Amino acid sequence: MAATAPRKVKVGGVSTELVLHVGSAAFGALALVWLMYQQLLPITGTIGFWLSWYAVFLVLLAAASATTLDRIAVVDRIVGALVTTAGAILVACLAGIVVFTAVRGWTALKHVNFYHDTTAYIGPDASLDQGGIWAAMVGTLEQVAISMIASVPLGIATAVYLSEVRGRLARVVRTVVEAMSAVPTIVAGLFIYSMLILKFGQERSGFAASLALCVSMIPVVVTTAEVVLRLVPGGLREASLALGTTQWQTVRRVVLPTARSGLVTAVLLGVARVIGETSPVLLVAGSTSELNYDAFHGPQVSLPLFVFNEMRLPLDQAIARAFGAAVVLLVLVVVLFGLARVIGGKPPGHLSRRQQRRLAVTAGLAPAPNAVNVGSLEGDMS
Amino acid sequence: MTMTDDATLVLPAAQPRLPAALVAERVSAWFGDHQVLEDVDLAMAAGEVTALIGPSGCGKSTFLRILNRMHELVPGASLAGQVLLDGHDIYDPELRPIESRRRIGMVFQKANPFPTMSVHDNVLAGLRLTGRRTRRSTSDDLVERSLRSAGLWEEVKNRLGTPGSSLSGGQQQRLCIARALAVRPDVLLMDEPCSALDPTSTRRVEETIRSIAGEVTVVIVTHNMQQAHRVSDHCAFFLAAEGKPGYIVEQGRTEDIFERPQDERTSDYVNGRFG
Repeated sequence: MAATAPRKVKVGGVSTELVLHVGSAAFGALALVWLMYQQLLPITGTIGFWLSWYAVFLVLLAAASATTLDRIAVVDRIVGALVTTAGAILVACLAGIVVFTAVRGWTALKHVNFYHDTTAYIGPDASLDQGGIWAAMVGTLEQVAISMIASVPLGIATAVYLSEVRGRLARVVRTVVEAMSAVPTIVAGLFIYSMLILKFGQERSGFAASLALCVSMIPVVVTTAEVVLRLVPGGLREASLALGTTQWQTVRRVVLPTARSGLVTAVLLGVARVIGETSPVLLVAGSTSELNYDAFHGPQVSLPLFVFNEMRLPLDQAIARAFGAAVVLLVLVVVLFGLARVIGGKPPGHLSRRQQRRLAVTAGLAPAPNAVNVGSLEGDMS
Repeated sequence: MTMTDDATLVLPAAQPRLPAALVAERVSAWFGDHQVLEDVDLAMAAGEVTALIGPSGCGKSTFLRILNRMHELVPGASLAGQVLLDGHDIYDPELRPIESRRRIGMVFQKANPFPTMSVHDNVLAGLRLTGRRTRRSTSDDLVERSLRSAGLWEEVKNRLGTPGSSLSGGQQQRLCIARALAVRPDVLLMDEPCSALDPTSTRRVEETIRSIAGEVTVVIVTHNMQQAHRVSDHCAFFLAAEGKPGYIVEQGRTEDIFERPQDERTSDYVNGRFG
């Protein structure tokens, strides 16, 4: 029995014919465009060269494919080539930004003091083994944390109002939220500046910056959370209401838990929107190079602001510090995203260890060892 | 029928309770300006199974949703008439809808266990969601009793901790029945509970319905004539002319409706000549 395992049929994948066609079209286009640029036509330019190459490549690919395929299949292949190119360009852009930033910042990043020191009391031309971005990291984390504390409950509550309560004001609220997302961040900064600092005489602080960031963060959280809540199947709400529960219990115990991972995404998008904001912070946080843990009193620097300040200095060390800080900002965003995935990504419906033990006792049996893993197959909303 | 043993577990002798009768009087319903039901009178006897049959779009589901105040959740929906549960109108303005819904449970066409809750928590959802606290031993007992009533206990007793959505379609539907039974409703409404199930699961759900009848009053909407014949004690045949509101053509004991229908249209429908 079962002497040889059945051989699996190969489906999909890349056929040699496709490789041949793409390869010959790419090479042929290169040769043709080289001939045009270098020998025949009086035109030059790198960008024009590669754009022409791509156009010729598509034509040749169509021609090569037409030798074996019918018209519909040729169109399919050309469209496939176009969308693949779009994806590749996007990945290349992102990789380019990250690699470029990392390379330029490397001279600053390799010094340990860069992470725990501040640029207070040193000159802008101090060498890179002095000074660092600790003050800016503290500022960014505190300011983003404060704006989250304000924006997330408000944003999610508004989303619940829009998608669950659907009150009479829903349309007005939605319009306001949309308008809010279109407010330029510099205007938000100006608003906080004129209200909090000029009118109420507060000093410039990280807290003022957080408020300005909220203006950008809230609409992102609201719109994303509303979309996510609308994805929760209506049948679940009905099932809950049919059990005789109130709307609040339905929202709290059924709708919000079901949408949890999507809501985490909403919060993340909000954070991602504001963590790199410079202009409102520039206006209301004040500028300092000193370490300030107190977000409510005194000026506080943040990572984007630090980058902005250092970038303006015509010194190699300062430019390197700016790029180094930018890399740290990127890493911070990635870490936050990873963290949120861990928190929000737990498959739903799992009992705590204690509950499982109790159930095992009730049923008179230990739960099957693989029982807890079933949920991971089901996955959750996003 | 192995379910008969389980049926005795629905309500232990310590807590005797009689199922309640549900009476609809002159019920009409609208969606916006469009009337979908006109003057429907129907008495659903206590502890018996009443089947609502009729072609699609004749207002059976709307009628069912009126019976536990789910109809009013649809924007623009309105209704007229009375629904008496043990003689009290559930549309009494003094009464909050959630109180009626607690006494009149519902099982939907598409199984909808809460995906964020385990099998165990799904059964208890009704209690938890209504904020009733129970002692641990009582709630575990209730979970077992409800799952036995729904004929699901033997299949899931070793995996009560897994998510409700990891069960098969038929098991999910029986989980929903267990969830509805756990709050001890007087009436259970079922809106085509088997239309998405395979024949085996359908048979199990039907056995469940037969076994809980007597303890609860069951009202079931079904498109399946054999099912109506098998599970119900009473039948009501709904019909709607094109663009006109639905009404009851004929109602009575199931064997009368199927074997001695008074109306020709009923006879045609139950014998599969139209619809």
